[in-house]
Amino acid sequence: MSGPSTYEPKTGFTKWLDARLPVVRLGWDSFVDFPTPRNLNYWYTFGGILTVCLMIQIITGIVLAMHYVPHIDHAFASVQRIDRDVNYGWLVRSIHAVGASMFFLAVYMHIFRGLYYGSYKAPRELLWILGVVIYLLMMAAAFLGYVLPWGQMSYWGAMVITNLLGAFPIVGGPITEWLWGGFSVGNATLNRFFSLHYLIPFLIAGVVGLHVWALHVPGNNNPTGIEVKSNRDTLPFHPYYTSKDGFAIVLFMVIFAFFVFYWPDALGHSDNFIPADPLVTPALIVPEWYLLPFYAILRAVPDKLGGVLLMFGAIGILFVLPWLDTSKVRSMRYRPLARWFFGFFVLACLGLGWAGAELPDTPVPGLGAIGVDFLLMGRVLTVYYFAYFLVILPILGFVEKPSERPASIEESVLGSSSKSAPAAVPAE
Amino acid sequence: MRLIRTLFVAATGTLAAVGLASAAGEYRTPEDYRFSFEGPFSSFDRGAVQRGFYVFNQVCAACHSLDHLAIRHLGQPGGPFYDPDYPNPNDNPVVRAIAAEYIVEDGPDEFGDMFERPGRPADRFPAPYANEAQGRAANNGAYPPDLSIITRARHYGAPYVRSLMMGYGEEPPEGLTVGAGLYYNPYFPGGLIAMPPQFQDGLLTYNDGTEATVEQMATDVTEFLAWASDPHMEQRKRLGLMVMAYLVILCGLLFFTYRQVWSKVAH
Amino acid sequence: MTEAVEHTGADGQEPSRRDFIYIATGGALAVGGAFTIWPFIDQMNPAADTLALASTEVNIAELEEGQEITVIYRERPHFVRRRTAAEVEAARGVNIASLPDRDARNFNLGDGAPATDENRSAMTAAVAEGVEIEDALRASLLVTSANCTHLGCVPTEGAGDYGAWFCPCHGSHYDTSGRIRRGPAPENLSVPVMTFTSASVLRLG
Repeated sequence: MSGPSTYEPKTGFTKWLDARLPVVRLGWDSFVDFPTPRNLNYWYTFGGILTVCLMIQIITGIVLAMHYVPHIDHAFASVQRIDRDVNYGWLVRSIHAVGASMFFLAVYMHIFRGLYYGSYKAPRELLWILGVVIYLLMMAAAFLGYVLPWGQMSYWGAMVITNLLGAFPIVGGPITEWLWGGFSVGNATLNRFFSLHYLIPFLIAGVVGLHVWALHVPGNNNPTGIEVKSNRDTLPFHPYYTSKDGFAIVLFMVIFAFFVFYWPDALGHSDNFIPADPLVTPALIVPEWYLLPFYAILRAVPDKLGGVLLMFGAIGILFVLPWLDTSKVRSMRYRPLARWFFGFFVLACLGLGWAGAELPDTPVPGLGAIGVDFLLMGRVLTVYYFAYFLVILPILGFVEKPSERPASIEESVLGSSSKSAPAAVPAE
Repeated sequence: MRLIRTLFVAATGTLAAVGLASAAGEYRTPEDYRFSFEGPFSSFDRGAVQRGFYVFNQVCAACHSLDHLAIRHLGQPGGPFYDPDYPNPNDNPVVRAIAAEYIVEDGPDEFGDMFERPGRPADRFPAPYANEAQGRAANNGAYPPDLSIITRARHYGAPYVRSLMMGYGEEPPEGLTVGAGLYYNPYFPGGLIAMPPQFQDGLLTYNDGTEATVEQMATDVTEFLAWASDPHMEQRKRLGLMVMAYLVILCGLLFFTYRQVWSKVAH
Repeated sequence: MTEAVEHTGADGQEPSRRDFIYIATGGALAVGGAFTIWPFIDQMNPAADTLALASTEVNIAELEEGQEITVIYRERPHFVRRRTAAEVEAARGVNIASLPDRDARNFNLGDGAPATDENRSAMTAAVAEGVEIEDALRASLLVTSANCTHLGCVPTEGAGDYGAWFCPCHGSHYDTSGRIRRGPAPENLSVPVMTFTSASVLRLG
């Protein structure tokens, strides 16, 4: 999509097609001859992995929709029927449920990769923002999908999250009722959640198209953060990155398949095998693991509206990140201070996830003696989460002295700008 | 499996297990028992599942439903009475005989009336109560939960069910008042359960000669309920083995392909 | 996981080894892909609970001569007719060689049985142990699918050239044995598996 096209149709049919609908040219320029920095490491394979995850979720989801009944009296039983009686239903449902977690696992790797190598910085701001939009849509799809089996966690998760909107003054009440289609989470809610859960993956696919488009205009960032300067810095996408991505995708599939076949319930919650009961709340309502950090941020604030705003703010802040980071250097490989703060940021996110899984007033193991409970831990880490974006990254750009950077990608790979390629030594 | 679980919990730091234990009221961690169905290559102990079904039928079924199972499930591949001679469980004589022992409601007939008839393999297991209110009324207000998916619907799963069934008889700790219609069981969250103790040694006579101790009955019924909760477990693990083997081989092939492709460029 | 690996054709140091890896990888991907597709196709086949649908029992005690009822068996309507002696007579008088479909289409018999009226009627039904049932009654009973073998419409009773069934959709005429005689339908109406479980109950399936 950038630069002159190198596609040359050879047969009569491809020439005919190219003059009318140049899809082959589009595919060739985007995924075959697309110039890609030669130094991308395995952290850059998650884009391909995520594409596969989306395809798996859509295909298995369409299959499940053929057997699922979106009615409060039948939803739970229809899911059981999928597990017990539908041919390979247990397999398809297991893939879909585990797939949601795998999707988020991969997207977090992808996001942290972008944060570390400065992939959000100019000229890739829009690429980053589209990515955050995809992430938001993924969270919506995951939440809506979790409601569908109509177990206890489905019901009470839906109750808690929809009630968040009630925090907004004046409009909160009417909006919540509008979302429910009733006076509480009920059949109307389940029906519309099913409809929206089916819709959102296609919206995601659309935004992914824009995301890839926005990637192919400036081209890939790379671990050095240095722009491509000559064609000696790049390799054609195929076969170099198709083979590398292909290997990484199958490696990821091994982990995926392990959970699908040997530990399908590990990432879910046992309470969701109890049918929804509007009269009994489970002892501890927790979201799926991938939403736990935001749950911890929500609970860190004693005020209902404040908590909701802060939780949405935690994602919203990612939209303005390209303008918060003032550093001239893109990659943290050459930012000795930022690297440390980034490391703490990753730990803070994991810690928030832990805090979100626990009751707030439970003492933190090892720190309980000095009075640290999970509420306090969540609060401290929430402060760091926001400080990282609002204080550390803006100031660091002015005070940090970056380390020496190579002149080009080629130099970073070969050690000098020598043109003769030495024998292959696979890095990593 | 236990090693992997430990590693996973330690590595991710989610420690959800610890949190849940502390969250859902005080209760004792169930005894770690090595069931036949643990581990990646395991299968159900057919004899134990059959005995467990007998225990379920004689003891549990008086109060607990098995809503999501049909009688024919007993004879499907992986089920306790599966017979390769009868790939269709509807034809399996053992399953047909079991089904015929149940009285199920059918209808309406040509006059619009419901009628009762002997069960057929395609029927669901009849529930002991017509609805939840009737179940509560018969049990001091506590509704005996459906047992179709019980080992997946409880945090510690099968070990919890087994320990719970064996967990009666201890003196309640000081400060815990056991009210009328309640029983002390340290494995139940909060310690007070509405279900009376069900098993005593020699309560039943197994027709395979196994001695019906409390532990034996608890283990067998748990094995049956674990099968009922996850009837495709054996198929899942068998297919999983093939898929994992395939993916590992493919992974190796792709790795060499990748190395081959990149062998002529520095990177 | 379907990244195709193409033969690049570049000069390699070890062409045989290189080709082997590419071919092996491509082959493994193709085989794996083919196996992966199967569960996604098979899930649309009837599920276990659908296959186990209970059989249908028909009370034949109150069925009078010349009376016909329609019952649902395996989600599809079926005719159960106690034919008059004249109807049986007419059905038996037909020359099998002149029929468009000479197969009995009777699941109690299997393929290849000639389409005689005896092979179509409840004479072919199994009789449970200890049950006694008159031959005349068995011969008079006819149970067939009620979906026209052309495109699945339900034929009208007592109409058409043969006074039995006539399909209004595209004009297929069936005789009193449920055999196709005229019109676009290719086959006789099929006869389901059936058993007399008592003197008054006929079980389908």
